Amino acid sequence: MLTIKNLHAEVEGKKILKGINLEINKGEMHAIMGPNGSGKSSLASVLAGRDNYTVTEGEVWFNGKNLLDMSPEDRAREGVFLAFQYPVEIPGVSNINFLKTAVNEVRNYKGLPPMEAKEFLKLTKEKQQLVDFNTNLMNRSLNEGFSGGEKKRNEIFQLAMLNPSLAILDETDSGLDIDALRIVSNGVNKLRDEEKSFVVITHYQRLLEYIVPDFVHVLYNGRIIKTGTKELALELEEKGYDWLKETEHEKESV
Amino acid sequence: MTSDIMIPFYQALTEDVNALSAPQDSLQDTRREALERFAAAGLPTLKTEAWRFTNIQRFLKEYPYEFLNTPATTTANVADEAAIAGLEGYRIVLVNGHLQADLSTLPEGKGIRIGAMSASTDAPGFGKWFNQQKHLSAESMANLNTALFADGLFIELQANVVIDKPIHLVHVYTSDRHAFVQPRHLWILHKSASATIIESTVHPKQEAVAFANSVTEVVVLENAELWHYNVQQGADNFRQVNTTAAQQGADSRYHHFNFTLPNTPLTRNNLSVILKGSNTETNLKGLYLATGSQHVDNHTFMDHLVPNCNSNEHYKGVLLDTANAVFTGRIHVHQDAQKTNAFQQNNNMLLGDKANINSQPQLEIYADDVKCSHGFTAGQFDEDAMFYLRARGIGQEAAKALLVNAFSHDVTDEIAVPALQDYIQGQIEAIMNN
Repeated sequence: MLTIKNLHAEVEGKKILKGINLEINKGEMHAIMGPNGSGKSSLASVLAGRDNYTVTEGEVWFNGKNLLDMSPEDRAREGVFLAFQYPVEIPGVSNINFLKTAVNEVRNYKGLPPMEAKEFLKLTKEKQQLVDFNTNLMNRSLNEGFSGGEKKRNEIFQLAMLNPSLAILDETDSGLDIDALRIVSNGVNKLRDEEKSFVVITHYQRLLEYIVPDFVHVLYNGRIIKTGTKELALELEEKGYDWLKETEHEKESV
Repeated sequence: MTSDIMIPFYQALTEDVNALSAPQDSLQDTRREALERFAAAGLPTLKTEAWRFTNIQRFLKEYPYEFLNTPATTTANVADEAAIAGLEGYRIVLVNGHLQADLSTLPEGKGIRIGAMSASTDAPGFGKWFNQQKHLSAESMANLNTALFADGLFIELQANVVIDKPIHLVHVYTSDRHAFVQPRHLWILHKSASATIIESTVHPKQEAVAFANSVTEVVVLENAELWHYNVQQGADNFRQVNTTAAQQGADSRYHHFNFTLPNTPLTRNNLSVILKGSNTETNLKGLYLATGSQHVDNHTFMDHLVPNCNSNEHYKGVLLDTANAVFTGRIHVHQDAQKTNAFQQNNNMLLGDKANINSQPQLEIYADDVKCSHGFTAGQFDEDAMFYLRARGIGQEAAKALLVNAFSHDVTDEIAVPALQDYIQGQIEAIMNN
């Protein structure tokens, strides 16, 4: 479904990604871990198409299409979803109007007519329950004045509404208390199926107790330096990243 | 008369004032005085302080305008162009300022007097309030209007009269020759009366160019309330100078909304409000969305004469292409006007590479126990917001429309007529998607 080959990217002339290789198949849950500044969120931004990143080398293929050639909106319409680490507050755009526009723009891209008002309402009601998203928040301005937990739940709620084939969760767990973390993780788990793939970017192993990954990758200094299964996450929790960093530096100096 | 006034119709002025000032015209003296003031000051130039950024003479010289004050008529189809979907109310159609009865439904009832200005000079309110707002005589274009206006709409609501539905006032400008048209209106709300008036403008596209120089006097007396919306839908072949002069009595509320939309090349709005009684509320809300090479100038004046009054002014602008806007917000708090709250904001989105805004707050405060503030911003689209919307599959154009609507929401959210709110938001969306 997603193939990343030797991906290099920089921002303002600074090299951030230095040759990422990753293969994600349908229905898989991948976790990307790594210390601060290793390039985790940059990878998410590059995949979603944020334009302050320049891809200098490499390819990204998504369902047979060249992802890097597409505008951010087309990537979303093709089925790539990024749950933001810091969801943006947009005063004056109501949550519901935003969602309706997004859903219908995606439908329009697929040649479908706009969703009937009734059907849309039914869908929102159903998906809200996934993450216990308060109905009162629907008519409020997008993320404006939302608590950290409400913002993250809103991201997962949008994910449920747009039903992408690839969801990238960028530190969705950061700043969440344990109750909110449970709610968000439950929501994600309910959305898992054999058609949908996830990339979960996190700094903490804690999240992976709730969302169990098929693969764990360690990103360091713009490269994936180790790949394993969920046990790797436990090892990281125990030993920290230093032992990996050391091996990496040894390799570099050879 | 100063020599720089070389507009084609100028020669006709003195003759016209004679013609209009037939002996039976009770306004004869008022008109002559206004003409003298106009002649003494001349047309505004770029050296006129209040017109520093708007070269009106350039616009007046563009076409050989003819002074037009004879009655004209229009068709229902033309008037329907101003229709606001879902709006239930009384429609009143004025053609070049002249009331067209067959297309209008006037509210009726005890204490309601609505009709043509020309047929209302005998009304008690007319004699008392016509041309009494002092800032009118300081403005050249208003003096020109006073001297030579033909007709307009007179409204007088006696005490406690409440008009149940909005009055939709449709101004149609029509002419087969380039025309200079001067409507004049006077609206008086006596004690505890209330009304909502929505103004719209229609100028058929295929016609000659019309230049409207209109004046509206608004008198909101004790404890009365007026919601006044002016929707300036534009046309390439239309230019306007629009002067609104309001005064408020004690405990009254005046809510003035001004929406300037494409494509009128020149829009100048003069708005002055004099507060004569205490404990009043004044809301001045403006939204200008300009495209092409439109020039939009909002010139406002809040005149706080007495204590304990509240005014809140918020103008927001979205400027595309090479559009040019001017905002002047003058607040005068007189020495007696203690405990005044006067707030002013002017925020702009400059979306065209060559779009431009000149914004000047002018606060003159002579009382020492007041709360006054002003602020100005100019910015572009928020990149993070833009990316967030696009990352959800919303295309760039639709995202821009959403963000411009969002930017406008401080103004549009305050619209108390839902159909009008939908209409304005729909217009913004349509303009941004075009």
